[in-house]
Amino acid sequence: MYMIESGNVAAATGVQLARTQVIAAYPITPQTPLTEKLSEFVESGVLDAQYIPVESEHSAMAVCIAASTAGARAFTATSANGLLYMHEQLHWAVGARLPLVMCVANRGVGAPWTVWNDQQDSMSQRDVGWIQLYANDHQQIIDTTIKAFRLAQTVSIPVMVCYDGYLLSHTYMPFDKPDQEKVDAFLPPFTPRHFLDPEDPGNFNTVTLPDIRPGVDGTIEPGYMEIRHNLHQELREAIEVYQEIDREYQEQFGRGGTPLVEEYRCDDADYVAVCIGSLSYQFRDVIDLMREKGAKVGVMGIQMYRPFPDQAIVAALADRKGVIVFEKALSYGNQGPLYGDIKSALYSCEKKPALSNYILGLGGREIKTSQLIDALTEACAGQAAEDAPRWIGLKL
Amino acid sequence: MAPKEFCKMLSRSKPGPGDGGKTGSWRVLRPVIDLEKCIPAKKNKKACFTCWLYCPDSVVSKTVPPSINLEYCKGCGICAEECPAGAIEMVDESSFIVEDK
Amino acid sequence: MRKDIIEIRWHGRGGQGAITAAKIVANAAFVSGYKGVVMAPTFGTERRGAPVFTSLKISKQKIYDLSPITTPDMVVVLDHSLLEEVNVVDGLKDDGLVILNGPKPASEYSFAGARVAVADVTSCGVQAGLPPGIVNSGIIGAFSKATGLVELDLLVTAIKDEFVGKKPELNAKAAEITYENTFIGDI
Repeated sequence: MYMIESGNVAAATGVQLARTQVIAAYPITPQTPLTEKLSEFVESGVLDAQYIPVESEHSAMAVCIAASTAGARAFTATSANGLLYMHEQLHWAVGARLPLVMCVANRGVGAPWTVWNDQQDSMSQRDVGWIQLYANDHQQIIDTTIKAFRLAQTVSIPVMVCYDGYLLSHTYMPFDKPDQEKVDAFLPPFTPRHFLDPEDPGNFNTVTLPDIRPGVDGTIEPGYMEIRHNLHQELREAIEVYQEIDREYQEQFGRGGTPLVEEYRCDDADYVAVCIGSLSYQFRDVIDLMREKGAKVGVMGIQMYRPFPDQAIVAALADRKGVIVFEKALSYGNQGPLYGDIKSALYSCEKKPALSNYILGLGGREIKTSQLIDALTEACAGQAAEDAPRWIGLKL
Repeated sequence: MAPKEFCKMLSRSKPGPGDGGKTGSWRVLRPVIDLEKCIPAKKNKKACFTCWLYCPDSVVSKTVPPSINLEYCKGCGICAEECPAGAIEMVDESSFIVEDK
Repeated sequence: MRKDIIEIRWHGRGGQGAITAAKIVANAAFVSGYKGVVMAPTFGTERRGAPVFTSLKISKQKIYDLSPITTPDMVVVLDHSLLEEVNVVDGLKDDGLVILNGPKPASEYSFAGARVAVADVTSCGVQAGLPPGIVNSGIIGAFSKATGLVELDLLVTAIKDEFVGKKPELNAKAAEITYENTFIGDI
């Protein structure tokens, strides 16, 4: 069934179709309409869940951790400083291997205070161990949210579904709402392997010694380092698992096929622009215009950022003349985080593409198609192949 | 999809005596239950068990009367602190050593 | 930049329902075969009574550019008092169209060569039985008459769907009355 609604409502509808059991969230712009919609769903009975109001994002994540530890399918959502306030609990949720799903409506972080879009919030959480998926439009928001629940419970790792604040969260566009029965078949009820069970008491994640040790029944229990190594290994394996989940989703719903990266007119492209989120879609018009003038360019959107699908990225970018990374985030004092990751992935290539990095759209600064054309044209002419990022639209 | 096991490692510990070895030797004070005051002992049925609930090392049995596994009890005194009937007294361990002699 | 996209900018005041009006048109346009429909409100804090605008882009193809409209094909003005505060024709394309809720005849308004369609939506709403000041359903009738982009029937259906529980019949009637009372001025 098609509906025309905001990106936040697309996300809320995905959470409802996933039959989420516990929701705890603290409202923050531009995520607020998502949580308002979910509380409406719970109030009206459309969604049979506990909606737990909390006094902060830290508490929201703590409640989700508790609910998930008790075996419930739990969800939260946030933006910007709210996400940063959760940081400590994000580490806990993933270390405890809880299959939470969280939507992040991407917003710049203060100071200075901003409510508008960039991706500094989620990019600054890239190292906590959560899986990070990015959606480019409303259809991808609802589909990715449903797939995220399946992925999270398959690999026991929490998943962040990120989408651009305002640009997607508050913009209305048509999308298909999948049938409940089909979602139920795709996403069976959550049966946790490990959960707090009064019939089988145990402690989770208490002080874990530096070395392995015999447990109470004599079996060897892993130490902190083994547990962390296992998390990393299984995160790497999650790349393939998500591809399989996406394939199955595509069979059931007819959409998907780009779980890791989404390429547009890249087949014969000499130069490929790389970015994350709705910008990769805005770029399509740029690519079309430049193609009309004979430039062999394409754009690639990163859909899974963590774990980093480096093999897919190398396969897509290895033999290009140039790769131009456009980012709405910065590793301050260094360069764009995605740029650093892509550069590192391409290091092993025999023939390395020329690389350049552009920073744009911070704090909601408008990104004009003409600016993208200029930057891409400049980079294609080899005028930007340097390591320091260039800034687009800066008014100095 | 080929079923594959995930979350192979997790920090979990089961309750029960012995996770830190035979810790009974650590004890300075020994909990002694006064069966005249102990609620399940007095009622002669399963009741209260606050000591069982609070013991961090699970060395108190959920029996009538409750008993304490001294091979593992570290003598922390939480049971004595929590007992609503004041039935548990922490007694200097050295007095028992004299007795044993 | 894409020539297939029709850009419609809606000017109103916070709380007046410009977003709802644009959303209703988006729904009806989608049903009538426009596969690409993107409606983007002013990004930022919402303040009741302050001038706001909403961008609606429609096309037969999917739309990828979500940036606000800067060169509209048409602008819809829900409140003629905005004309004193906002340059509603900013960036309006040559031979663009202004659809205005105003009490005066079309000949009284002039927008540097733009075509003008005027309806007294406020009065039409009252005539339909709505409380005074409800204009976001009525203006849709004026939009349909002036542009011919989406048929009134589809718009009326979309109005009834959107206003479920909020006087759907009266809002639909307001659009129909406004449709009949929309006057298109000479250039």
